[in-house]
Amino acid sequence: MLEAVELRKSYGTRRAVADVSFRVAPGEVLGLLGPNGAGKSTTIAMIAGLTAPDAGSVSVNGATLGKDGDGFKRRIGLVPQDLALFEDLTALANIELFGALYDISGKTLRNRAAEVLAAVGLGDRAGDKPSTFSGGMKRRLNIACALVHDPDVLLLDEPTAGVDPQSRNAIFDNLEALKRSGKALVYTTHYMEEAERLADRIVVIDHGHVVASGTLPELMSTLPAAQMLQVDIDGDVDVASLASLPGVKQAQRSGNRLTLGIDDLARDGGAVLRTLAAAGCKVRHISSDRGNLEDVFLALTGRQLRD
Amino acid sequence: MNAFVALVRKDLVLYLSNRRALVMSLAAPILIAAFFGSLFGSRDSKPAHVNIAVTDLDRSEISTRVVAALRQDATFEVTATGEDEALALVKSGKVAAAITLPSGFGKLASDAMVGGAKPELALRYDPSQAIALQVVRGLLAEYVIRTVASTAGGPRLTLPYVTREDAAIARPETKYNSYAHSFAGMGVQFVLLMGVDLGIGLLLMRRLGLWKRLRAAPLSRRKLLGSRIVSTALIALVVFTVVYAAAIAIFGVRIDGSVAGFIAVLVAFALLTGSFGLLIAALGRTPEATRGLAILATLLLVMLGGAWVPSFIFPEWLQKLSLFAPTRWAVDGLDAMTWRGLPFHDALLPVAVMLAFAAVFTVVAIWRFAWDE
Repeated sequence: MLEAVELRKSYGTRRAVADVSFRVAPGEVLGLLGPNGAGKSTTIAMIAGLTAPDAGSVSVNGATLGKDGDGFKRRIGLVPQDLALFEDLTALANIELFGALYDISGKTLRNRAAEVLAAVGLGDRAGDKPSTFSGGMKRRLNIACALVHDPDVLLLDEPTAGVDPQSRNAIFDNLEALKRSGKALVYTTHYMEEAERLADRIVVIDHGHVVASGTLPELMSTLPAAQMLQVDIDGDVDVASLASLPGVKQAQRSGNRLTLGIDDLARDGGAVLRTLAAAGCKVRHISSDRGNLEDVFLALTGRQLRD
Repeated sequence: MNAFVALVRKDLVLYLSNRRALVMSLAAPILIAAFFGSLFGSRDSKPAHVNIAVTDLDRSEISTRVVAALRQDATFEVTATGEDEALALVKSGKVAAAITLPSGFGKLASDAMVGGAKPELALRYDPSQAIALQVVRGLLAEYVIRTVASTAGGPRLTLPYVTREDAAIARPETKYNSYAHSFAGMGVQFVLLMGVDLGIGLLLMRRLGLWKRLRAAPLSRRKLLGSRIVSTALIALVVFTVVYAAAIAIFGVRIDGSVAGFIAVLVAFALLTGSFGLLIAALGRTPEATRGLAILATLLLVMLGGAWVPSFIFPEWLQKLSLFAPTRWAVDGLDAMTWRGLPFHDALLPVAVMLAFAAVFTVVAIWRFAWDE
């Protein structure tokens, strides 16, 4: 169990992280979601022991950061945002080096290195240098290097940055396998799709503060409307009368497009269409989206995730 | 211990795996030391000729004998030609000086020996070859005085002394080898530059996120930074060993002093290099900005240390200043143990001074190293 309690960090007058707290259980993935500069990486750096927090505490299975120095670090595996690999060492040599830093040696190290290479699907490339790898393969090797000492908690700081969708899926498969094996994963990202797919619970961070946390359904429930209905029309209609319909949470018109927030597509959508027909409008096109984390973030902060 | 060894081994493997850089780091000091060594050749080596042009407008017995004397001197490569052409040769840099013996030179010079008016002898010189001018001036004076005196029926003038020249080194049976100094100097320069590269490498590791990963491991500051000093020192020793192996095998350099002292100087300088690299990494911010400044600082240290030219030709104030450059102690220590042939105790002071510098560099580096991300 990883437990971060009221972590705080300032650089000069700028508060990078303010009272961030969360827990991650074994076999659980916690998504740290927020735009660039929100404080995700600083939070990860504090948990990994790279940056001393101004206040707060971090513990993993009873070992506390700052008190049980080595014991704490041995329970943590860090996958940095950068590809932290020695390009002139082979994949196997990279993993063996990082394993040796945790005092693993000899046959144990060789076996463990081979095991994690196989786990990320690079077993057949052990003797090749990362300089010959694709971006996705390098990312997987980056993860393998953090796994060699068999940590309880894996901290992944934007581990899919710059990889193609196919490689991203391969990485997700690796992470889901790790989750099944009982590892606790903390996954920072500014891609809501990744958080939605991987995370059991999500902590949304903005300007160093936790603005929301919970499971995906819990976060979705904070949205004013569960569905967004877009209707392209010819003709005039009173938008205020649409907004006053039962079940319609919001309504706005931009050109020929009406965007309406509704709770139930079948029930509330029908009322909207009937109102449009009564007003003499011709409906050209209808589409709907369910609310997503982007909408949650927008609703909470008034900003886009990728601002 | 396992982690420390792994970190050192990693640096060695990375250094050896870059074949091109490896060859360059070994070949460059050898080639440049060979060049400098040949430039400051030993007294037994054949000096380059000084090219001069001579115009004899007098055609007298005296002027003819002066020209003949100049021709016979191995120092000169004489071109006898007209005055205008001689001047053109000087202007184009093809000769260092042009001497014109004017019409009536022989008679006037003879008369001048007994108080008559002195003839004017034109000496035009290339200002970029001022050292050659001094040689021309001295030998010309000697040959003119000798020729005029003997031709005018006076006594045969000659130098009123002879010299006995002995190279004053610890082992008289050994010969000075100019390559010994140049290999010491260039070895110091290139090993120190290699140290700068390894320091910059630390900054690059930080940029690439590798430093984060190393810091996330249960490694103490002492292990992380200490391993870097040790690996840099080992690489420095390897480079210096290969450089001296070439110096011994190809250029006849010998360790005429204490072998143990020689090894002690090399080890102390290797540790100095390791700490210097760490200092660069600690004080630098970005690899790009640090590289230029670090190379400048290194070249200044190397220059002050007498690696390019021996420090005894420095002005006095610079010689005193150079004592504060650790490179001076490295070069002096290596000179002492090679061509000067001095015993072990003469290596102790250079070794102690270099170790003191290494300690100071290490303390400052650890103090200034940006530990947090």
